[in-house]
This record gives sequence, C-alpha cells and structure tokens, in this order.
Amino acid sequence: MTGAKILIEALRREGVEAMFGYPGGQVLPIFDALYDVKDIRFILTRHEQGAAHAADGYARATGKPGVCLATSGPGATNLVTGIANAYMDSIPMIAITGQVKSFLIGNDAFQEADITGITRPITKHNYLVKDVRELARIVREAFYIASTGRQGPVLIDIPSDIQMKETEFIWPEKVDIKGYKPTYFGHPGQIKKAAKIISASKKPIIYAGGGVITSGASPELRELAEKIQAPVTWTLMGIGCFPATHKLSLGMLGMHGTAYANHATMEADVIIAVGARFDDRVTGRIDKFAPNAKVIHVDIDPTSISKNVNVDIPIVGDAKNVLGQLLEQIRKAPDTKEWLKTAEGWKKKYPLAYKEKKAIKPQYVVEQISEITKGDAIITTEVGQNQMWAAQWYKYMHPRTFISSGGLGTMGFGFPAALGAKVAYPEKTVFDVAGDGSIQMNIQELATCVCNKINVKIAILNNNYLGMVRQWQELFYKKRYSHTCLANPDFVKLAESFGAVGIRVTKKEDVKKAIQKAISTDNVVLIDFHVEQEENVFPMVPAGEALNNMIEGLA
Amino acid sequence: MRHTISVVVENKFGVLARIAGLFSARGYNIASLAVSETLDPGVSCMTIVVEAEDEKILEQIKKQLNRLIDVLTVTDFTKKEHVDRELVIVKVGYSGKDKAKLEDIADKSGAKIIQHKDNTAIIEMVSGQEQIKALLEGLKQFSVKELVRSGRIAMTK
Repeated sequence: MTGAKILIEALRREGVEAMFGYPGGQVLPIFDALYDVKDIRFILTRHEQGAAHAADGYARATGKPGVCLATSGPGATNLVTGIANAYMDSIPMIAITGQVKSFLIGNDAFQEADITGITRPITKHNYLVKDVRELARIVREAFYIASTGRQGPVLIDIPSDIQMKETEFIWPEKVDIKGYKPTYFGHPGQIKKAAKIISASKKPIIYAGGGVITSGASPELRELAEKIQAPVTWTLMGIGCFPATHKLSLGMLGMHGTAYANHATMEADVIIAVGARFDDRVTGRIDKFAPNAKVIHVDIDPTSISKNVNVDIPIVGDAKNVLGQLLEQIRKAPDTKEWLKTAEGWKKKYPLAYKEKKAIKPQYVVEQISEITKGDAIITTEVGQNQMWAAQWYKYMHPRTFISSGGLGTMGFGFPAALGAKVAYPEKTVFDVAGDGSIQMNIQELATCVCNKINVKIAILNNNYLGMVRQWQELFYKKRYSHTCLANPDFVKLAESFGAVGIRVTKKEDVKKAIQKAISTDNVVLIDFHVEQEENVFPMVPAGEALNNMIEGLA
Repeated sequence: MRHTISVVVENKFGVLARIAGLFSARGYNIASLAVSETLDPGVSCMTIVVEAEDEKILEQIKKQLNRLIDVLTVTDFTKKEHVDRELVIVKVGYSGKDKAKLEDIADKSGAKIIQHKDNTAIIEMVSGQEQIKALLEGLKQFSVKELVRSGRIAMTK
C-alpha cells in the first residue's frame, strides 16, 4: 500500500467520516487516493484557514477529532491560526500537511516551510514522518494524543515521497507512549478533603469550564449542583454545560459575565472549579479575586492548576470521573438557603438588560434567535461584541451548542466553524452570530457552503464598526475611533453572488420574520441586521479591575 | 535562583527544540545544557541549568516540561541532595618562568595539565562549580586563550 493509501486507511480505522482541506503540489498523492474514497466526506474549502476552523467546529460539535488537510508551505502556514485556535481551547484536531520530498527538506525547496517547527508551541504534539513504515502508528498515536487527557491539535507532516512509498499496512493493536499517561481519576485523599470543605461551606459556587463539556460531565455537574444546592457559573468555553434556565444558574462570569455571577464568585467561601483555568478574562484583577474563598480545582491538566490563582485542593483528573467521585463522597449537603437568597437578590438587582429603542438592538436579535430556535440550534460566533452578545442573550440548554473561539479570540472563526458543525449535524439549525468585521475574514467559505449544500445561517450584527475595539476606544481612549469604522460591501448582493440568499433587515419589526425565513429556506442564508451602531457590551469589568468592579451602564 | 533540572526524554529528533521552546518563549536563557544517551539508547538525559527570575514561572515550566509527550521525567535538583559535575578545558598561555606556578595552581585545584606546548598549556578539570570557579580565578593571572565547558550534569545522592 502507498503511504497515501495507508493514511486514508488509518483515518478510516479512526472512524473519520468527514474531513476538510485544500489540495496542492505536495499532497497530490493523498488527493489521488481520496479520488476513490466514498466513505469519508471530503469538503473542499476555499482557504486552508477555513478548513482548520471547520475541522475545529466539527470537533466542538461532535467531540470527535476534526481532520484537516493542506499542502506544504503556504497551505500549511494557512492552517496555523486554526491550529493555534484549537490549541488554546483544547480541541481535538488532526492537521495533516504535505511536505516537500524528504531529501529536499531544509533546502528552501519550492513551497517548503518547517511546519513542525512553526507549530511546535501550538500543537499538543506533532510529527514529521520520515519512514512510511511509521505512518500508520503515527496516525494512531496522533488520534490518541489529540483525544485523550487535555485534548488538543496534533499535526502530521508527510513528505510527498513518503506518500508514494509502498509498504505493508500494519495497524497497531494499541497505543503505548511511555511519556504520556494522563490521570483520569482524582486522588481519593483529595476527594475526601474537597467533600469535607464543601459540606462545611456556607457560600459555595461551582465555576465550570470547557473541561465539563469535553468530558461529557454535564449530568454529574447538574447532580452535584442540585445535591449541594450551589449556584453554577461558567466560562465562555463552559456555555451549555448547565441549562441556562435552571434556577441555580448564574450565567457566565468574567469581563462580560453577569453582574450576579461576578458578585457571587467574589463573595463565595468555596469555589469548586471544574475544567476551567482561571483565565485573566475570568478573574479580573488577580490579587483581588475571591478573597474569602477556598479553591477546589478539578482539571485534567496539572499545568492549569495553581497557574493563576492559589489552589487549596488541587484534584487532577477527568471532570466526569472526579465529579462522580465527589458525589459519592459528599454525605452532608451544606445549608445554602441564605446564600441562594443572596444570589437571587443579585439576580433581581442587577439583571442582564439593554434599553429598548427604535433601532434594532443586537441583543434583541440574539434573543429572537434564541426564542425561535428554543435553545436547540448550534450557535457559533465570531469574536468581539457579537460573541459576547451571543454568549449573554441566547439561552443555551445543551453542551456543544455554543461554539466560539475562547482562548485565541480568532475573528473569522465562526463561519467556517458553523460549516464544520453543520457537516456533523445536517439536520440541526446552525447559526453563525457574526460581526460585519469578522464575517469578512472568511467570507470565501460561502462558496464551500453553497457548493456542498451546507446550509448554514449567518446573522451579521452589522454596526459598521469593529465594535469591541470601538467600545474600548470609547471607554478608554476618549472616543478616538482609530481605524475601527468600516466601509462594508453590500452583504446581500455578496451572498447572492455566491448563490446564497441574502436578507437585509433595518427595522425591528422585521427581525423575527427574517430569522424564521432564514431557518425555513433550504439554502445558505445571510441576514444583514443593521443594528444600533454604538451599542456597548455590558456589564464590563475593565481590564485590571477587580471582578466586582463592573461598568453597569445600560446603553 | 539558579536551578539545575534534569529531563529524561525519548531520544528523538525535535525533542530538544520542544524543551528549549518552553524556556525561550518566556525569554528565559538556558545557562548550560548537556545532553546524552542513557543506558537505554532510546532514552536521553538533558541537564539544564537556568536562572529563574520568578520561581512560580519556573514551576510552570517544569509542569509544562512534564506535559510534553516525549518527556519521561523531570527532576529539579535545587532542593534535593545531589552531586553535580562539569568538565572544563582551558588553554592558557604563560611565560617560561611561570610554568611551575601554573602547575602548582592546577595541582592544588585538582586539575590536570594534559598538554604543554610552546608556552601554552591545556588544562582539564572535572569538578563542582565552586572548584571550577576557584581554578578559573587562579588562572586569571595567566593569559587564558580558550575556555570550553561541558555544561553541568547532576545526580541525586
């Protein structure tokens, strides 16, 4: 079997059903082999970055590793942002790149780039295949590494001569990597200590992150919250891990979190952090963060623990397992009646709100999408104000229904990610909540969607600005709007030119109709919502301020 | 504070770059580095000496070293009882009358003169950091023409 065929057989063995990519000189043997493949759906994107984000979106929607493929040199470097994005959010991804022929590596050959070197700090691991006999094992290892422990992207760089070399296909029975043995269960002693602290607490709060979603720990999280009657807040990555309408739900915390989540976090006496990493956008000023709280930190990656805040009870393990262990160990639920009353008080006093106006409010648009889809859609976002409004105003009920670039904050992510999610779940409504800036960063994927009938819906919250940067300029740079005002194309015509449907909405009363029409239209639909131009995302914790020091201002 | 860290790794290409990257990404300079095979040719040992400006950051680097797929173990010798050694070779020029003095310094430091030629001596010494420092201090009165050090290697007691 040739290396190219071995690669495809290995992907098949790993259960790959779809992959995203772009051809080029050094992956011709792989594409030639793909020509006969019927059981793996190959989606040709219009840019390699689109392929990487689509694979990422596919992975976030399904939990399975997303696969993308690009040629050497520029093809490979175009994947880089997508790989870094997946790395920051611990998303399992396999990036396969072609490389110049083995004997030319290091010679500045045409379309050569040292992609394993370039991606070393943004992959969980990467491989340069130097011998075709190692290829099957490497693919097996790559999937194992990407999808276990703290998940992440793994890149496999395959020189084109290796793709053509012949050898026997030998699929390794199991994977054995000496230096890689993730810890899946919490240390019993630590579990005991944590249970004791929880039982004795008066003001506990659960702070849940993306790790809960990755490990499928939502049922255990809910059980724990209900058992100990603790309110639950979550990070951007944790959205969907707990039903937004649950009475113990506090919504998202952090820079643009709800005021009540931030107050509750600051006042808590015990923080149970699960699969979250105390990112600076979450903690606010670190030395003022939750001064009275004992911190229990559950994470599969020891590197995340005590990185930003000092942790009292570190527990290394998989969230699902550890929460199960905790549930078994906690005998006595704490008395949290008063605490829940206080939290309820904050909810009433500082609700998420915006001022109704004649103009279309971006928050209103997201609310309508939420109501019409009843929390059943998959929402992807770009980065900036659109992302925060999508996080705040949609009522997420299920894990893996909110797909957003958290750590890296990659504009241009949402649309190709929606494409990937839609490939995974063709029957679901998939909405990309976009900004007029972000959507233009990977707009070329309209062609991919239309050609392949991947009927994604796009809601552009068009305010003619790079809104989040403009907001910072307004609040912290004396309204000096330096290069944040955009001159945009006619998005409706643009959509139509790709063969998609474009709808422009300039009146509030047309918002619902447009969303309903988009959902019922059997095509890719782009809705250009002309929203209030200088609307801000509130509440807001200014960078470097304590978490409870929020700007509340209703815009 | 100066830390001596030993990292036992799979003997594969690219591993050194991964490890070095964790230091360089934070602007940390590696003061010395010694790499060689262990009894098992599939496994290498790297001894890294690094000046940590912030202990917390170093702690983080050590955890991240452990996280690398090709890393088997990480040991920080700083708070452990250990021996460390380094090989140093120095080429020293001297005038004829100072030959005895040079030999005396070498002798007292436990260094060995491995070659005398045209008023130039090559001196080698395997020792701990203090002793090496003392030797180099003593050699300052001569003309040191070249100096090569192997980098520190260490082992727990």
